Amino acid sequence: MRWDHTDEQPDRDARIPEVRPDRPEPVIGDAGAANTVLTSGARLYVDHAHPEYATPECASARDLVVWDVAGERIMEAAGRRAEAALPPGSTVHLHKNNTDGKGAAYGTHENYLVPREVPFGLLTRHLLPMFVSRVVLTGAGRVGSDAAPEASFQLSQRADFFEAEVGLETTVRRPLMNTRDEPHADPDRWRRLHVINGDANLCEVATLVKVGAMLLVLRAVAAGALGDPTELEDPLRAFRTVSRDTTLRATLPLTDGRRVTALDLQEGLRDACADLVAREGARPGEELVLGWWTRLLDTARADPAALGGLVDWATKLAVLEAYRERHGLGPEDARVRMLDLQYHDVRRDRGLHHRLVAAGRVVRLTTDAEVERAMTVPPEDTRAWFRGRCIARFPDAVVAAGWDSVVLDTGAEALVRLPLDEPGRGTRARVGDLVEEAVDAADLLARLGGAPELPGQLA
Amino acid sequence: MAGTERVSRSGDVPRDDDVVVAEAAAPARELLDGVEDLLDEIDEVLEDNAEEFVRGYVQKGGE
Repeated sequence: MRWDHTDEQPDRDARIPEVRPDRPEPVIGDAGAANTVLTSGARLYVDHAHPEYATPECASARDLVVWDVAGERIMEAAGRRAEAALPPGSTVHLHKNNTDGKGAAYGTHENYLVPREVPFGLLTRHLLPMFVSRVVLTGAGRVGSDAAPEASFQLSQRADFFEAEVGLETTVRRPLMNTRDEPHADPDRWRRLHVINGDANLCEVATLVKVGAMLLVLRAVAAGALGDPTELEDPLRAFRTVSRDTTLRATLPLTDGRRVTALDLQEGLRDACADLVAREGARPGEELVLGWWTRLLDTARADPAALGGLVDWATKLAVLEAYRERHGLGPEDARVRMLDLQYHDVRRDRGLHHRLVAAGRVVRLTTDAEVERAMTVPPEDTRAWFRGRCIARFPDAVVAAGWDSVVLDTGAEALVRLPLDEPGRGTRARVGDLVEEAVDAADLLARLGGAPELPGQLA
Repeated sequence: MAGTERVSRSGDVPRDDDVVVAEAAAPARELLDGVEDLLDEIDEVLEDNAEEFVRGYVQKGGE
């Protein structure tokens, strides 16, 4: 399966008014590149030097948790398969983390579909304090620091590596607010908010709240429900301060002269989102998120260490400290660093997070059965359904696929590129019967109406 | 809505309409219960060549 690069525009910047280009000719990736699209609608590929998994589009935070964990299982299975192909005795270690502890960082990028009419500047002003403060719940924890020798443990794996407030880059001069504006959808209706400052979470509760709280805040920004943004005097410095404070009591200066803690900021955002939901009604999945967001904040307020078993940094820190005490190890001993790395090992028999889950010490939200299903089956209520099911039903006819397209070879002279410009279309409810009943790709096209171009009109 | 505690059915997987937060699990207090067993297990699975492993763990390229 190849990747359809036709609509990719990674250099497009949300701050620069756009001249919309003509629809380009299809640009299909090399057949030899390590890049595949799965029947779950996910993308699995090699990004420079490491394997990368992009979940299919999900319509709720809880679905995202399920397909995110499915990605761990896919990586685990891929590692086992690679081991079998290597000389006997070889082992493959895959870690779901964000830094090597030696000055290199790699991202876990979140992508949110945001209506185009929400002004980017307003989004930025509301999201900077969100990004800085959410670390108390969403940090994966790490031993040491590349920038501050005195920090023996940090909440965020990423905080050391951010040097700008707003910008286009992702690998140098990393900005808290990334401006890449490549919606993978109708650009007149949508922007894609590309968030690069978060950590990879193993705790399912942390993933749920990381993504779910963002969805609530984005809804609140669009609804004008957040009032005036709370402005941090120095968001980058605040990001590092929050990351290096396990007491959660550090205060951050605001432009109006006040000082607040990360928990104060989080509670303010949570309250505004809860009020909006109470006033205008909950969208699917929002109450689950609000419930957990509140429970985590209440727990953190009462005793940050009690976040152990719920979020990654506190879970890791508790285990690290107990282990250090038993063996009389210094804070950055090689065995402590090893434990830090191995917390993230995706192998369920070796990864320390997974050993804690197996021992019932960490809360899970998913079941093994739904995760296993999500390795091969797409979410039903986004265009991932159409993409994934086309690949499952007609593997030989789908010559390429991308976020916003499926390219079919029906045996006719020309390839047919089906645009999927609307992420909420191509769902099981809209096209399920059609895809499942078609006998081959040509029949599928006929059932879709025979039109070679169906821009955003699928279903 | 904020601040209200909701009661859970233990063992259920919360779905969209079937919301709520597992109260029963209370994992925080249990994380380090029987810590000796837990640390024994970590000793068992932790890579024994820690120094070498950590030294060789270097990311090359990519984001």
